[in-house]
Amino acid sequence: MNNPQLDTDGQLRHLLSIEGLPKKILNQILDTAESFVGVAEREVKKVPLLRGKTVCNLFFENSTRTRTTFEIAAKRLSADVISLNVSTSSQSKGETILDTVDNLIAMHADMFVVRHAQSGAAHLIAKHVPPHIHVINAGDGRHSHPTQGLLDVFTIRKYKPELHNLRVAIVGDVLHSRVARSEIHALTTLGVPEVRVIAPKTLLPAQVEKLGVHVYHDMDEGLKDVDVIMMLRLQNERMNGAMLPSSEEYFKTYGLTPERLALAKPDAIVMHPGPMNRGVEIDSTVADGKQSVILPQVTYGIAIRMAVMAILGGGTGAAL
Amino acid sequence: MTDANHTLDPSQLPDAEALLLILADKLKPLLKANTALVGIHSGGVWLMQRLLVLLADQIKLHQIEHGALDVSFYRDDYAQRGLKAENRPSQITFDVENKHIILIDDVFYTGRTTRAAMNELFDYGRPASISLIALINRGGRELPIAPQIVAAALSLAASQHLQLTQLADGSLALELTPQHNSARP
Repeated sequence: MNNPQLDTDGQLRHLLSIEGLPKKILNQILDTAESFVGVAEREVKKVPLLRGKTVCNLFFENSTRTRTTFEIAAKRLSADVISLNVSTSSQSKGETILDTVDNLIAMHADMFVVRHAQSGAAHLIAKHVPPHIHVINAGDGRHSHPTQGLLDVFTIRKYKPELHNLRVAIVGDVLHSRVARSEIHALTTLGVPEVRVIAPKTLLPAQVEKLGVHVYHDMDEGLKDVDVIMMLRLQNERMNGAMLPSSEEYFKTYGLTPERLALAKPDAIVMHPGPMNRGVEIDSTVADGKQSVILPQVTYGIAIRMAVMAILGGGTGAAL
Repeated sequence: MTDANHTLDPSQLPDAEALLLILADKLKPLLKANTALVGIHSGGVWLMQRLLVLLADQIKLHQIEHGALDVSFYRDDYAQRGLKAENRPSQITFDVENKHIILIDDVFYTGRTTRAAMNELFDYGRPASISLIALINRGGRELPIAPQIVAAALSLAASQHLQLTQLADGSLALELTPQHNSARP
């Protein structure tokens, strides 16, 4: 099967989704990110790898955190960065995505970071661009958000290095979450033996078990003895129709409170991809508590994005 | 690059353990206050670990600190070859500012690795000085950079690749292989 993410030598060419990436590539990204963590702690927080390259952030959908961390990552690699908030520019004048991309290629962009509300947007661009240009999916519709999935497993690995011994629970709106999908693929590919999803039936995709997860509808039962709790945001803006009675009601049944956290292992870590809805999916005491690693996730997100760009942006040795 | 150099027979390779003792002797007078040792991954770090033991008295006396560099992010062939699959974090936990840094590499060849290491060091601060020691200078310099101290010098043909390996018991050995694509510059 032709995987557009890999070149003929099996090296990473685009990062579009974690699905379909071999364990070897995931580990290469995670190990490289490990080397980038230290760069942020130095006097000069930059390395020269992408000097002279232009990274173009194409955000057809708003996301301050993701765009900012991609921007910082590219700058720490010494790239020139252009961030385009396309929803407010040419698209509203009727230009197609691929025309926007072609114009940026004509301006000598070397790499695209793409966020779009439609699933498959990054794939479409990856198929369209010439071979020397790389595409990173920064979230497409409900489909995939690979760098978020990678930074989550990177964070888990930092606190719980023995992935093959872990029990991980993903809690919340799995149905609308590209983050959950990427997390599940990353965790199972890296050999985490037990991944649970905890959610009401209305917020789970059909046949979610086929992804290799255990399904729980009762939060107390699902959190029992887990090592890692990955909360998801209740995606208000993606919700159409009445899937839930109210956010207060949701907090009562699926909100992470200190009492519920106590059901997990005593050293369990709590994660959230942000932005958090305090008092909807997570209690403030938990979000700011000792077991929370929500802010380290953000820090590690930069190292992961640097690793992905550094791996994509270098030569392959093919011409030598 | 000149290729009038000899093709060395592997049996003529010097013994790395013997060279290590020579290197330790030559390094000793350089160790003074406000000096730090920095090994370049991988061979330079193995050498440094052995030197820290061999010269433990001087290291302690002058309170000499040490660190390790992986120069992957500073190599000049990234645009051609990309990142190596395996790279390790650099670890410089001391303050580089105004220190006398002694870089340690296993085999000195083109000088490109040293250039990368110097560039990386300057991103940690402004050292008072940088010197370079290597177990062996194999000939083939391509930059105006040379080691201050080496335990031995050879002149190898460009078709030969010389590298240091660490054996299971921790001892070091030199290994000669035909030049391959992923060779370090």
